[in-house]
Amino acid sequence: MSGADNVVWLGTPAFPEAAREALADTRLRANLRRATGTIRDKRLAVAAELDDWEELRETAATIKRRTLRHLDHHLLRLEKAVTAAGGTVHWAADAAEANRIVTGLVEATGEKEVVKVKSMATQEIGLNEALADAGIRAYETDLAELIVQLGGDRPSHILVPAIHRGRSEIREIFRREMGEWGRPAPETLTDDPRDLAEAARLHLREKFLRAKVAVSGANFAAADTGTVVVVESEGNGRMCLTLPETLITVMGIEKVLPAFADLDVFLQLLPRSSTGERMNPYTSLWTGVTEGDGPRDFHLVLLDNGRTATLADEVGRQALNCIRCSACLNVCPVYERTGGHAYGSVYPGPIGAVLTPQLVGVENAASLPFASTLCGACYDACPVKIDIPEVLAHLRAEAVEAKRRDRLLPTTEALAMKAAAAVLSSPKRLAAAQRLAAFGARLVAREGRIGYLPGPLAGWSATRDAPAPARESMRAWWRRTRTNRRDKGRTTAKGKEAR
Amino acid sequence: MRIALFITCFNDTMFPRTGQAVTALLERLGHTVEFPQGQTCCGQMHFNTGYRPEALPMVRRFTEAFAGYDAVVAPSGSCAGMVRDHHRTVAAQYGDTALTEAVEQVAPTVYELSELLVDVLGVTDVGAYFPHRVTYHPTCHSLRMLRVGDRPLRLLRAVKGIDLVELPAADSCCGFGGTFALKNADVSNAMLADKMRHVLDTGAEFLTAGDNSCLTHIGGGLSRLRTGVGTLHLAEILASTEGDSR
Repeated sequence: MSGADNVVWLGTPAFPEAAREALADTRLRANLRRATGTIRDKRLAVAAELDDWEELRETAATIKRRTLRHLDHHLLRLEKAVTAAGGTVHWAADAAEANRIVTGLVEATGEKEVVKVKSMATQEIGLNEALADAGIRAYETDLAELIVQLGGDRPSHILVPAIHRGRSEIREIFRREMGEWGRPAPETLTDDPRDLAEAARLHLREKFLRAKVAVSGANFAAADTGTVVVVESEGNGRMCLTLPETLITVMGIEKVLPAFADLDVFLQLLPRSSTGERMNPYTSLWTGVTEGDGPRDFHLVLLDNGRTATLADEVGRQALNCIRCSACLNVCPVYERTGGHAYGSVYPGPIGAVLTPQLVGVENAASLPFASTLCGACYDACPVKIDIPEVLAHLRAEAVEAKRRDRLLPTTEALAMKAAAAVLSSPKRLAAAQRLAAFGARLVAREGRIGYLPGPLAGWSATRDAPAPARESMRAWWRRTRTNRRDKGRTTAKGKEAR
Repeated sequence: MRIALFITCFNDTMFPRTGQAVTALLERLGHTVEFPQGQTCCGQMHFNTGYRPEALPMVRRFTEAFAGYDAVVAPSGSCAGMVRDHHRTVAAQYGDTALTEAVEQVAPTVYELSELLVDVLGVTDVGAYFPHRVTYHPTCHSLRMLRVGDRPLRLLRAVKGIDLVELPAADSCCGFGGTFALKNADVSNAMLADKMRHVLDTGAEFLTAGDNSCLTHIGGGLSRLRTGVGTLHLAEILASTEGDSR
């Protein structure tokens, strides 16, 4: 369970309850609507600029599919290439092992501080907390990640972790916390974005110039050359990747690409899908170590932490195509209303709803596959064509199966589903149920509509009237008005008569 | 052309008027409509809620009831999508090869109403008359599973007397999502609130769509707020003629 403890935030309620809290926060909803709406429009505009956008998506999905099919092969090639270029490769089966490796590497340098580039993988394993336990302080240098860290908060978006925070909140956090972590914010700090960015810049510069060790994630790694890639917008990544003497990169094993040339496809798709930009401001590529330039020591930690198990699932494995662009979050109507914290995981939104249950076991995140209307907007937005609705439906079946296995079924829902299945698989029973419903409706409906309902239907009837079942069903109407003797005989002969 | 009507269990029980409208419309266009009495449900609720083995008998029954027709029409994008996209998944996972073959035979003959009219029967002007202000909500499964595109709008634009107004943020989900509306009632309500606001912004008398399930959800909200905006399935507008009282 070492991995699960970090991917899923312990103590977070199931999605429906967490969502209720988030929905009550009107400022959060307004922030989210504005932010996701802006990125959504920008993404559509820049994607439309490319004539071959759909082809690119297809190519990317194909490359990912092929890579995953022979993942072991490509990872061994990557190890060989990185080693040949003077780097060291480590293999981590789970979060605990990855944390042990990184902590050991930092301790070997004798340093007590590290600077970090924003990295989902290190959040997934809870690296900052593990380092803190060993007396090592990790400083986040991405602006949004800095806001989250200073605020003692959790990220709520893959790309914009502090999307839930407003400008004035950020000013308060900076004024209150920056001094505790390093250079304090100026007394005169306003909530003007430029002012806030300048305060962060000064605070961070001190860290960049002092740090001897950096920790990064990786967006991609090319197996043929051993080149690792980090894509970012603020230049903080460039600082971390070049200034310190030791660089430790933690990378999920699914991030490997067969060849350097494959970057051509993904570096077009990623910025357009994530920030709605044609090209991101900083793309850093490094291959092992280079004499007299950049870090003297490079370590690549290859993280499994549930990925091999995910790979074994033929339907679910496509979630490993994910390049963490967050396009699915920005188009998801559920995410737009609840924000990321409701998902209770490092990975929120539609991709989180399919990735998290697979990484930690569906029984440990059973409400997430149901946190979607299956509207399909995420599938259309996904640059690597992950059929998220397909995986959601698949994981719902797994969640129900897991309950059956653990004998947590029959629940009320399971009994209702069983009963409904019995009625809905027989025209005779369906017709009988329709007659009963029509009779019942006459007792409770007013002007064809039903108001407040009890039990599991209460949530529905709190805000919506339900229509009353028809007095005469379609099948009854057809039999009464349309079926003459000849037709009846024919349908019976063809075996289509009601059973 | 022998066209079978798959009414769907929900319409069968709650909205027979929609099925009657489809029948009247297709007969007006000169086609014969049959109603296989052995039909029940496509199994979508069970499939989408994770009860896949329970959906198997419904898949089996569907392929038996609808085998051998030139076309099967369903006044529901999501049920047509279930049959076309997921019946083979259920058959492959829990059924036998005979069932898989049967699904492969039947599933491609199933059409959502606007697809049948535009693609199979080749009509966009069905000779309807409906003198009201109407706005159209493209349901998610019609839009993204079936890719019906602007077919329903083309059909609506050809209706005589209609004042068709665009729905703002039309392609965002209404929040129904089957059992989602029960399991995540609060999020569903928040989505519904936005959808209703957009509907009211149009000043339409009627909201129409190709799915009565979405219309039940949105219409239930509009009714509770006593907005006076009615909901009407696309089939009922297309079936309307000058002689009708509405």
